[in-house]
Amino acid sequence: MLKFILRRIMMMIPQLLILSILVFALAKAMPGDALTGQLAQSPKMDANTLMEMREKLGLNDPVHIQYVRWVKNLLHGDLGLSYIHQQPVTDLLSGRLANTLLLSACVLLLTYLIAIPLGLVSGRWQDSWADKLIVGYSYVSFATPLFIFALVMLFVFGFKLGWFPTGGSVDIQVEKGTLDYYINKFYHLLLPALSGALIGTVGIIQYLRSEIIDTKVKDFVKTARAKGIPESKIYSHHILRNSFLPIAAFLGYEITGLIGGSIFLESIYSYPGLGQLFLQSIMQRDYSVVTALVMISGLATLIGTLLSDIILSAVDPRIRIE
Amino acid sequence: MRANLNDSQQIAKDVSQSPSSLFILWREMIKDKLALISLVVLSCILLIVYGSALFLDQDKIVKVDLLSIYAPPSAEHWLGTDYGGRDILGQLIIGARNSFTIGLLITLLTGFIGLAIGLIAGYYGGIIDNVIMRIIDFILVLPFLMLVIVFVAIVPKYNVFTFILIMSAFLWTGKARLIRAKTLAERELDYVSASKTLGTPDWKIMIREILPNLSSIIIVNLTLNLAGNIGIESGLSYLGFGLPESTPSLGTLVSYATNPDVLQNKWWVWLPASLLILVIMLCINFIGQALKRAADARQRLG
Repeated sequence: MLKFILRRIMMMIPQLLILSILVFALAKAMPGDALTGQLAQSPKMDANTLMEMREKLGLNDPVHIQYVRWVKNLLHGDLGLSYIHQQPVTDLLSGRLANTLLLSACVLLLTYLIAIPLGLVSGRWQDSWADKLIVGYSYVSFATPLFIFALVMLFVFGFKLGWFPTGGSVDIQVEKGTLDYYINKFYHLLLPALSGALIGTVGIIQYLRSEIIDTKVKDFVKTARAKGIPESKIYSHHILRNSFLPIAAFLGYEITGLIGGSIFLESIYSYPGLGQLFLQSIMQRDYSVVTALVMISGLATLIGTLLSDIILSAVDPRIRIE
Repeated sequence: MRANLNDSQQIAKDVSQSPSSLFILWREMIKDKLALISLVVLSCILLIVYGSALFLDQDKIVKVDLLSIYAPPSAEHWLGTDYGGRDILGQLIIGARNSFTIGLLITLLTGFIGLAIGLIAGYYGGIIDNVIMRIIDFILVLPFLMLVIVFVAIVPKYNVFTFILIMSAFLWTGKARLIRAKTLAERELDYVSASKTLGTPDWKIMIREILPNLSSIIIVNLTLNLAGNIGIESGLSYLGFGLPESTPSLGTLVSYATNPDVLQNKWWVWLPASLLILVIMLCINFIGQALKRAADARQRLG
């Protein structure tokens, strides 16, 4: 087990390296550099001072030296300066990071809350009308693009019925820190999170359904039934035990989807998170922010898959053999 | 009774002739009502879209008409007009044509790349397989959507062709992995060893012997991917990082809904395009699911 974990971590090192080179290359390919941003403050600067400044910032150094410096800064948490906002990228991100994490956590939580009972019902009462309905729902939700579903949800529940707020993460007039503030925040979260969750359930439902269908005819289940254990207990103690951990382990793989999803959800519900910041920055050509966001998302997915692989291999030793 | 007799005759005939895998796919699909309906609906949509796009004058559609801004549906404009007074129905048809064509091109291109690389990795195995799989693993963990947006934003001379290339650069990996896994299993079978002993060159074994045995899986995968690619393309166009302005997509029409006033009060601008994307994707998915069942002998309807 330990050997597998070590090997898996070793595998991540070249991935990290290539990711950082890729992002650095992208940053270099983007028009403008660290200086262009500072120029915005003092537009009148003669060519000589410009050269001096470039020299001082190390922009004339060979590429590999610049790369090493960039990685060093990255490790120290220095992500550069935002041209548009004129503040360190780290400060800019920290405020929005919490919002995005909150949204993603809510999406995940709701996905699991919806998918697990549906998967259970569908697998336990296979081919019943409930099962057919659930399978139908999972097909439709699989085919529906997130942005259209979210738009329709916003249109119906936000505008037409007026049940939910149509944008932002919290009302301005609510005082920070009070109970009302948290309720208000949750209220703003609910519709975007629900939109993301309702069409993200298909993987878990199908996995759980086929697991249960496969397991419920196995010998150990028959034995349990022959011993007279009540059906509900057979499901909770014998069948589901094996299925739940892999489901929990899928969490890490979901991160790529969550990052993509948050871009759509945040832009549709004008929710101030990283996804919205990403789109704004790229439109305003605020490339240091873009670079930082790509790097962070890449890191998050790398770590997510690492964790998932490790958990899955702990649950299912067959995976380790390879 | 009559039908039964015909069926059994048909089956007897099939058994003696051992029908091709493509024929089995087709037969299974016809039996699945939902898939059949989807196929009919999709064909109708495509026929109407491609047919009428031939007669539509794109210049006339994109011409700004300030006298009929945001006109609701009427006899003249069946689905109303947008902020520039342009006919929505015309844009819908052209958008659907562009979205579908580009989704199809991306699917074919990624299919081709995935097939070639998957076959090579699976057939040769060893170090080649290892290197290719590491690359695929890496691409699969990249934040796909963000990188596509970044590429779209910084590529000079951005056009439809570059868009297809950028998307394909990321999307071939899933297919390559699937084909590789299947080739790996196929490689161990006797017919491949026999062919090797006879001295058949590797490329011939791959293309003329292994490939036909993978055809049903490839078709299923490509069908499901087509739906996904149309979804991703329209989603990116919705965000403003998809097809360039000169080639409107269905997502472009939906993106007008970013204006809350349009979203709230002018449903005819964005709702038809949204529904059309949804219907196209559902149809393709239902067809794909039926094909998937057909390709798996255990799940066949009979």
